[in-house]
Amino acid sequence: MPTTTPDLNALVVGDEVAHAEHLITRDSLVRYAGASGDFNPIHYRDDIAEFVGLPGVLAHGMLTMGIAIQTVVDWVGDPSRVVDYQVRFTRPVVVDRNDGTTLTVSAKAAVVEAENNRARIDVIATVDGRTVLGKAQAWVSFA
Amino acid sequence: MNCVPVNPALQGRAYPPTEPYLVGREKVREFARAVFATNPINLDPVAARAAGHADVVAPPTFPIVVQERTLTQLLSDSDAGIDFGRVVHGDQRFEYSRAIVAGDELTAQLTVTEVKTLGGNSMVTAATAISDASGQHVVTATSTLVVRGED
Repeated sequence: MPTTTPDLNALVVGDEVAHAEHLITRDSLVRYAGASGDFNPIHYRDDIAEFVGLPGVLAHGMLTMGIAIQTVVDWVGDPSRVVDYQVRFTRPVVVDRNDGTTLTVSAKAAVVEAENNRARIDVIATVDGRTVLGKAQAWVSFA
Repeated sequence: MNCVPVNPALQGRAYPPTEPYLVGREKVREFARAVFATNPINLDPVAARAAGHADVVAPPTFPIVVQERTLTQLLSDSDAGIDFGRVVHGDQRFEYSRAIVAGDELTAQLTVTEVKTLGGNSMVTAATAISDASGQHVVTATSTLVVRGED
């Protein structure tokens, strides 16, 4: 399946290039625990989350980070084009045992370096209108 | 048990390289599905090859699986003085020289690049350099761990 790479020269700083909403459920947390090997029980046991003083079972920060970048991957068409990706974990993502939680991701062009064939895409990840990742920045190669 | 503070002499410490980690195709697919990846380059070897890759490409955050082994070295080092129960993951970064593909044999080595104290908490930054079987750099995975001080 051929994918089309977006045109770097058509990127305008500040423009939203992609947007997505993802439902994270307890099932998602168990699946990520298995795939990543992070079996910290605060990500699947209400009693332990409560015991350590958390507001509820939390999504793994690395799961939120991993889902958030998919919006950029889908836009650029090839995961290998993401050459640098960083986040700060600023707010825990509580996952309701029945309803899960919805992560909203908006990707915006932040820096365009045509001479270096790359652009920095900033990721705004929110739950209920509040950001959960800070300084979420991805450098994407168009080379 | 007393809370042992993070050892300031930790800065600059390097741990031994880990045993090679063989990146399996099904592991890449499993991880890709777990982070909601739908790109065929993550999942389908035919699509990956058509895009010029040797095999399926791991999602951008996959190196955490390999890095985790080095973080275990750090957290289990009693001389480091990091109480795991007080650790919160503060920041994470992945800086690539090239993408990870199924079939790669990866070795990881962690170096503590910074230890600082901020408002009663310690911040430990650890950079894990991940290299392939030929010794070429693939990606550096950097974590900043916030170690909460006494309550």
